[in-house]
Order: sequence, then structure tokens, then C-alpha cells
Amino acid sequence: MELFLQQTFSGLAFGGVYACMALAVVMIYQATDHLNFAQGEMAMFSTYIAFTLITLGVPYWWTFLLTMVISFVGGVLVERIIVRPVEGTSVLNEVIVFIGLLTIFNSLAGWIWEYTIKPFPSPFPEEPVFGNKFVSTHDLGVIGVTLVVLSGVFLFFRFTPVGLAMRAAAQDPASARLVGIRVGWMLALGWGLAAAIGAVAGMMVAPIVFLEPNMMGSILLYGFAGALLGGITNPAGAVFGGFTVGVLENLVGAYVPFIGSELKLSFALVLIIAVLVFRPSGLFGYVVVKRV
Amino acid sequence: MSAPAGTNMRDQAALASGARLSNQQIVGIAAAVLVGLSLPLFVSDYRTFQFTLVVVYAIAVLGLNILTGFNGQFSLGHSAFYALGAYTAAIMMDQWGIAYYWTLPAAGMVCLVAGFLFGLPALRLEGLYLALATFALSIATPQILKYDHFEKWTGGVQGVVITKPDAPFGLEISQDNWLYYFAFVVMILLFFCAWNLLRGRTGRAIKAIRDNPIAASAMGVNTALYKSLTFGVSALYTGVAGALGAIAIQFVAPDSFTFFLSVAILVGMVIGGIGSIPGAIFGGIVIVFIPNLAENISKAAPWAVYGALLILFMYFMPLGIWGFIRMGYARLMRRLKAS
Repeated sequence: MELFLQQTFSGLAFGGVYACMALAVVMIYQATDHLNFAQGEMAMFSTYIAFTLITLGVPYWWTFLLTMVISFVGGVLVERIIVRPVEGTSVLNEVIVFIGLLTIFNSLAGWIWEYTIKPFPSPFPEEPVFGNKFVSTHDLGVIGVTLVVLSGVFLFFRFTPVGLAMRAAAQDPASARLVGIRVGWMLALGWGLAAAIGAVAGMMVAPIVFLEPNMMGSILLYGFAGALLGGITNPAGAVFGGFTVGVLENLVGAYVPFIGSELKLSFALVLIIAVLVFRPSGLFGYVVVKRV
Repeated sequence: MSAPAGTNMRDQAALASGARLSNQQIVGIAAAVLVGLSLPLFVSDYRTFQFTLVVVYAIAVLGLNILTGFNGQFSLGHSAFYALGAYTAAIMMDQWGIAYYWTLPAAGMVCLVAGFLFGLPALRLEGLYLALATFALSIATPQILKYDHFEKWTGGVQGVVITKPDAPFGLEISQDNWLYYFAFVVMILLFFCAWNLLRGRTGRAIKAIRDNPIAASAMGVNTALYKSLTFGVSALYTGVAGALGAIAIQFVAPDSFTFFLSVAILVGMVIGGIGSIPGAIFGGIVIVFIPNLAENISKAAPWAVYGALLILFMYFMPLGIWGFIRMGYARLMRRLKAS
């Protein structure tokens, strides 16, 4: 039982990180029908920026906010400058540009900060809260931060005019344009927000997996798995999917002997293919009907 | 196109659709083969080794191109098939002492089956989702190769070391030269097969699925079968490339088959020319020699250059080097004719 609780809580902490990635992925997907394969590397790059700020002596929570702002601006710039020219051409072109972005961010990080593994500080104290032995404070903190960010995103979309405009632009670009919404800029804002959310995921997971240029590859994969499981058309579903994948992954790793920690990524692979084959709309997504 | 006297409509149509080679094309191919065969005479053993790798990657790029360029299916997972081919060859040579030339057909067959099987669920996936599933495949591959229970065969993290084959029949050439010629002949064979596959009825079906899947199935093309078979053939090419690569490098290890290998093959395809057979050779050249040039700047630079090239080619030269050459040639011909 103790093992089970430990694994579940640690799974929830990872799940929070995956949920952030899933949400970032879904946000761009909803607005533009793209899966951003560079999302993970963008988050990794943001985390390195946070690392630099911390080494410069900026206090943690200021770093946290600053990194989100920088990532937001970076995301907007990437959309405006690099992604825009291929938007709406073919899937092939878009995916190729995303892969290009992925390699550029990855190697830039290696170039600037080198490939050595770096420790990344956690803002939460070492000793567990209330002297419990199931869950570390960092894990609890991750879950908390994730929930705060996610509710912030929800409130933004639900209650602000900009959020409404963004939803309109995603749902029906043509009509949105007719009522005076600048759809192009809404997409850019979406990219910015996704980058900022990704940055949170990066900063939360870095203390656990350590900072290195390839750290986000597998996390993005779990993010994708979470997004698909919850339904790539439903942000709340994607968040739920992210948490579920985190817990499942940990429990499977702990209890299924032949998988262990060595085949965890294959678990994500199987999950992705299974969802895509048997229930492509995910648990809570709506079925996309295509007219031919 | 002005027809020489004596050719009928059917011949012309065959020429225009690429089902038959024009005289200029035959001359061009003969020249390219001659250059290829004489290369080792002029360069050092190390360069010859690099050209062997060019050949290897050209085959892999052609494999991806058959799938993406001609059939319109996307794959970011070809590193997995490359790894499968490489490990098949390595295990056959290391564990069972089988001669290197037998490993190629075996690797090809294993990958054909694996690709066909992976192609089956992939049938339900279009564009983006296929990219996602194959992305997952290539991210998971190194971990699978390191898996404990396979360690007996795969050597785990350490990988497998294999010995370089000598030239047969008492030929007085170095191992590197022999391997280059061996790979070169395999490449010509595979390129011919690809051309032959894509020029006829099968090829038309494959391309029709790319251009308009619904129309293709309305015309009676069994889209499901053709799509999975194309996936299989594509994996076969990449697997043979992997086996050849393993023999040339004499070493396989899980960390040589990461997601970035898929990216490299993708880069080769985009820069060589999506949907062109000869473009694959330029793709191979780019994959091998760009990192060499870029590594002078920094260890990380090759990938930055790859990424930048990917994006720049998408913007400015979406048909790749081969498309550029063809366009330039057509323009030159027109100008010559006009003057």
C-alpha cells in the first residue's frame, strides 16, 4: 500500500508536468491543427533561460515569472517569423519546419550551455510536509503549481475578452475575422501562451530529471500521449490525460515486472498507437467528421 | 517535347511519365555510375569510407522517399527500421557467424515484415497522427534496444562489435574500397528496383493514393494494402541501409539510433528532393558531409545547420537540390533552343 501511494503521488507530480505539455500541445493544435513537435525543445530552452537567470542571482519566483514572460515573447516571435510562412500549406511542410525548429533549439542549447548535465534548483523545501513518507514536497509543489497554472489558463479563456477572441479564432477563423478579430495575432498569442506553459513544465521537471538538452524529448512524448488520451480537441481532457498518463506510467513501471523503468517509453508508444487506433478522439474529445 | 521521327504516341507518353528513360537520362546515369565506380581510385581510404556512408544514407533516404514522397505517408520513425536492420546484421554476424552478404536480404525481410505490421495500424492514421505515432516509435527505440532481456543478443548499452569483411577472390584492394564497391552495387540494384516499382501500374497506384486517396480507391486501388505494402518496402530499404551501415561502421549501439537519425534521414530527403529517386544520392551526400563541415564551428553546429537547412529549403527550394537541377536544366535547354 505504501509503495502504491508513493508511486501514485510521484506519478501525479510527473502527471502535472505532462498535463502542462499536453495543454501546450492542445492549445496550438486547437488554434491551427498543428502538433508542435518542437514544443518540448522550446520548453527545454526556456528552462535553460531560467537556469541562467538563477545563476545570475535572480530569486526563484522572479525567475519563474520572467522565464514565462520571455518564453511568451519567444513563442510569439517563433510563430510570426518562422511558422507563419508555411501555415496552411501541407502537413508535410509544417511538420518539417517543426522538426527544423526542434533541432535548432536542441543544438543551440547544447552550443550555449553545453551538453553536461546541470542540477536545477527546486523552490520547495527538502523535508516532506507533515512528516509524511509518501510524497516529497517538490512533488506536492509541482502538483500545486500545475493546478494554479491550469486554472489561470481556464480563467483567461473563460472570462477575458482576449480569451474569448482566441477561442473564436480557433473555432471559426473566417467568422472571427468578419467580426474584427485579428486571427493571425490570436494564433501568435496561442503560441506564446503554449511556450509559457511549456516553460512551467520544464522548470517543474528539471529538478527531477536534471537539466540537459535532451531532457524534454520523452516528456513531450508523454505530453502527446496525455493529450491524445484525454482528447486532443478538449483542453480539460488533455489535462486529465496528462495526469492519468503520469500515474499509469509510474504504476506500470512499478508493478509490471517485464516493463520496469526500462520500457516506460515503449509504454507511451503503445498507449499512443492504441488510442489512435481504437479511439482517435480520445476519452473526452469530440469526433471530427470530415466532409469529402 | 518534339518527338524524334519514328516514335509513336505511346512511347512519348512513357517518356513523359518517367516510365522509360530518355537517351539523355541514360547517358547521365552511365556517367554517374562511372564517377561512382572510379571515386575510390582518387581518394584516401577514409574518404572512401565516408562515401560508403553516403551510399548507405542514400538508400535510407530513398526508403523514406518512397513512403513520403511517392505515397504521401509521413514517418519520423525510420531510425527504428534502420536500427532493426543494423541489429539484424550485427546479431547474425556476431552470434551465428553468418557471412555479411547474407545479412542484407535477411535485414530487408525482417524490416519488410516489421514495416508492414507497423503500417497496418498506421492505415487509420493520417498525416499528422502518423507523424506522431512514428515520432513515438523513434523516441522509444533506443530504450527497447537497451532492454535487459534482449541483452544476450543486443549487448545492451555496449552494443555489438563486428569485424570488417575482406575483399573476396583474393582481390588486391583494401577493405574500405571493397566495402564501397559492395555497397555501391547494392545501391544501384535498389535504385533500379525502386524506379521499376514506381514507374508502372503499382507506382501509379502508390502515387494516386498520395494525390487523392478517395479518388484512388474509387478507381479500384486497394488503398489499405498498398499503403501497408509501401510502408513495408520503405522499411525494407531503410533496413538494408541499416545493415550496410552496421557492416561499414563495424559497430552498433542503441545510442546511434536516436530520434536524430530519423531527422537526418528526413533532412536528406528534403534537401535531396521530395519525390525524386536521384535526389536521394544528394541527400546521402548532405547527411555525411554537412556535419563534417559544420563540426569545425562547434560540436552542436551540425544539428543547428541541419535545422536551418530544413526550414530554408522548405521556404525557398521545396523541391530540393534535384528539383533545382531539373529546373535549371530545363531553362538551359529552352534558352539553347531559342537562340
